[in-house]
Amino acid sequence: MDFTAVLAQIKPKLGCVADNLALIEEEIASAQAAGADLIVFPELALSGYFLKDLVPEVARRIDAPEILRLIELSKDISIAIGFVEETDDYHFFNSALYLEDGAIRHLHRKVYLPTYGLFDEQRYLARGEAFRAFDTKFGRFGMLICEDMWHLSASYILAMDGATTLLCLSSSPARGIEGDSLGSASAWQKLTSTTALFLNCRVLYCNRVGFEDGVNFWGGSEYIAPSGESVVRGALMETDQVTASVNEGALRRERIFSPMMRDENLFVTMQELGRIARERGR
Amino acid sequence: MSALVANTDLLRKLLVGFVRDEVRKVGVSNVVLGLSGGIDSALVAFIAAEALGPDNVHAICMPYKSSNPESEAHARLVAKACGVNFSVVPITPMVDAYFDLFSDANNMRRGNKMARERMTILFDHSALLRALVLGTSNKTELLLGYGTLYGDMASALNPIGDIYKSQVWQLSEAMGVPQEVIDKKPSADLWAGQTDEEELGFSYRQVDELLYRMVDQRWTKAELVAGGFESEFVESIYDKIQNSHFKRRLPVIAKVSNRTIDRDFRYARDWGK
Repeated sequence: MDFTAVLAQIKPKLGCVADNLALIEEEIASAQAAGADLIVFPELALSGYFLKDLVPEVARRIDAPEILRLIELSKDISIAIGFVEETDDYHFFNSALYLEDGAIRHLHRKVYLPTYGLFDEQRYLARGEAFRAFDTKFGRFGMLICEDMWHLSASYILAMDGATTLLCLSSSPARGIEGDSLGSASAWQKLTSTTALFLNCRVLYCNRVGFEDGVNFWGGSEYIAPSGESVVRGALMETDQVTASVNEGALRRERIFSPMMRDENLFVTMQELGRIARERGR
Repeated sequence: MSALVANTDLLRKLLVGFVRDEVRKVGVSNVVLGLSGGIDSALVAFIAAEALGPDNVHAICMPYKSSNPESEAHARLVAKACGVNFSVVPITPMVDAYFDLFSDANNMRRGNKMARERMTILFDHSALLRALVLGTSNKTELLLGYGTLYGDMASALNPIGDIYKSQVWQLSEAMGVPQEVIDKKPSADLWAGQTDEEELGFSYRQVDELLYRMVDQRWTKAELVAGGFESEFVESIYDKIQNSHFKRRLPVIAKVSNRTIDRDFRYARDWGK
């Protein structure tokens, strides 16, 4: 079905869960007032990104009051949001929730925690171990958290699992000032567009803005149609609320024109990956 | 060459945004900086004026009796061009009072003392004006260690510490820094006729090309030599970076507990901001 998604390009405060929840509630209220069906927040929207030793302080169980509040709000608008999740066995995950009709529809735990360059996630966080598509009011979705998307297999698995819409929640730092556009922005734009094109999927990409210790997050949240075409893109380096009118017909037509996912040979892929795994195990 | 050509629109947006965001998030609206008459501090003044409005930027020129009078004139020109507040605090009485006790001190000690004297004035004005001190060291100087620890290297925020001198020139052109300040030879201005490039023994443009490849692109020494850089030049710059690394780190703390500051007690400075 057609639906309206809002990409909430916000600037969370580092380590301030209460302040961020208030900001998130404002964004939800304004998206709702504008008639949106779904609102997507960035990675770690509830806590900020460069948490380091703050991880255990800002972590929340999925039955924490802040999460229950968001679940309550999802009765009127579907919500995808990133936070630090604390589990019963005291592991801390970089997680994303998909909330709808007052319930948790899906929980994704970031699988690929980057540790190169300016990143240090694996030091502080536990690694997720699954990519699963899930059903929503708007069709079958898959969720990725930032670095997850740089692994082809992640999007591929979600698409093979039937997802036709990929949500990517991001906290992408700005770097690269040599080219016509920001280095990290153009890399992401290529990635989201190519992923949409290869997998005949829509991509809803939400990236945060603001600075943490001199590192800028560049925003540029975007809706990419299954053709790979960028339909709408948010402001660079400024807070924004990006409204995407997502059209069901465009997805159907694209899948008729380019039936790559229909023709994708799961058997060949499994056979070859199985062989590679066996050979590596030797 | 093209590697060091910055997209100045983008760079300007980033650096102006940096100053605006990082200053305001700590509940402050003013900044203070030393304006030497040189290009680095001129550029920082322009960035700050655009970020916070010129009324919230306080530039202080702190000449010593041996400083070239042209420097103060250029500082004044820059302040006027970007509209920031401007004052002059000469450091001659304080510095001379000290060196009356150590009259045989060499130029290095004198230069360092002057840089640290200026630092104390800026941080005093930080308290006076409720203003954060902006740093004006560029990436070239920081990597080469061509600065005084706890002197000109001290600041609360440094907008230009990740851009090379070559990029400082480009952005200064784009932001309208007065041409005579862009065109003049860079100098620490410790004595008449001193220039950075003479003292360092190479030009900024030369060393920036090398530093960009060595540091940013992580070329190996063999690749750098194959790429046309003199082997001795590569070695000497590598040594300069290594030997000045202490200037770019916090003081080393002897570890005795489970949570030592900055080693296993790790928080962003923007913690709670």
